[in-house]
Amino acid sequence: MAIDLRHIGRVFGPHIVTIESGRLRLFAKATGQQDRVFFDDNAAFAAGYKAAVAPPTFAFCLEMDREDPFDMLTALDIDLGRVLHGKQSFCYHGILHSGDEVSITSRIADISCKRGGAMEIVRIETDVRAADGSLAVAMMKTLVVRAAG
Amino acid sequence: MAIDLASAEPGNVLGVLRVEPITRHMLALYCGASGDHNPLHVDIDAARRGGLDDVIAHGMLSMAHLGRLLNSITRPENLREFGVRFCAPVNIGDALSCTATLAARRAGTNLLEIDLVGRCQAGNVKVTGRAIISYDEEGARAARHAIQ
Repeated sequence: MAIDLRHIGRVFGPHIVTIESGRLRLFAKATGQQDRVFFDDNAAFAAGYKAAVAPPTFAFCLEMDREDPFDMLTALDIDLGRVLHGKQSFCYHGILHSGDEVSITSRIADISCKRGGAMEIVRIETDVRAADGSLAVAMMKTLVVRAAG
Repeated sequence: MAIDLASAEPGNVLGVLRVEPITRHMLALYCGASGDHNPLHVDIDAARRGGLDDVIAHGMLSMAHLGRLLNSITRPENLREFGVRFCAPVNIGDALSCTATLAARRAGTNLLEIDLVGRCQAGNVKVTGRAIISYDEEGARAARHAIQ
């Protein structure tokens, strides 16, 4: 086991991010989004929302907005080149909009070993909370780390 | 999309989304838009240093497409859970075909379980997933009640 198990439970953040309309427009362009509710405030108003709506997987991007998005890997002494994204899940308690200021906290939920040490599995839980502290989105990321060499 | 979620039965296809073949330009755009600047997805030299023949697409780009498919089926506030497993790398030139199938109705609620799959043009499965949605606001309230 190359990754130190003492990292389990370690918390990163919170960091505060504002969901910017320009970012939603770029995300829409990059993902082929054609429903204007996801990048155009006026279309969102017409559909009954207070502002453009963040698409279902957008919260994952907010997690990457830390000063160093790979700081967790650095802290765990994991080489980014050996990392594959194995699984990802979202649990939604509310929707996020353009202009929302959110607080993001990540926690190393688990580190385990598979295939006799050929790969290690790191699970990271991330909570996205609205300005009032309520949980908006809970995410779980499973990273597969291939053994070095 | 003209699907009556209230009467759909397990096994019914709720929606299909065909994505354009992946290009390097798409990956560069997604790199910037997502904030995932892992060079493995945009820099062939970095990909080769990592033991790959070429760059591979961000898994989260495939998941974003599955998210678009879900958004064609229901309003964003009706989406409760959405999870995927990235089964195989999506390569340059791969054209994902994404399908959403009703898996089950949760008894006593208006919650629907939806199976998701993304295959490339050769038919290989690249991503599989599961989502839980409620099919209307009344269903959403019932679901919250059931959870409490």
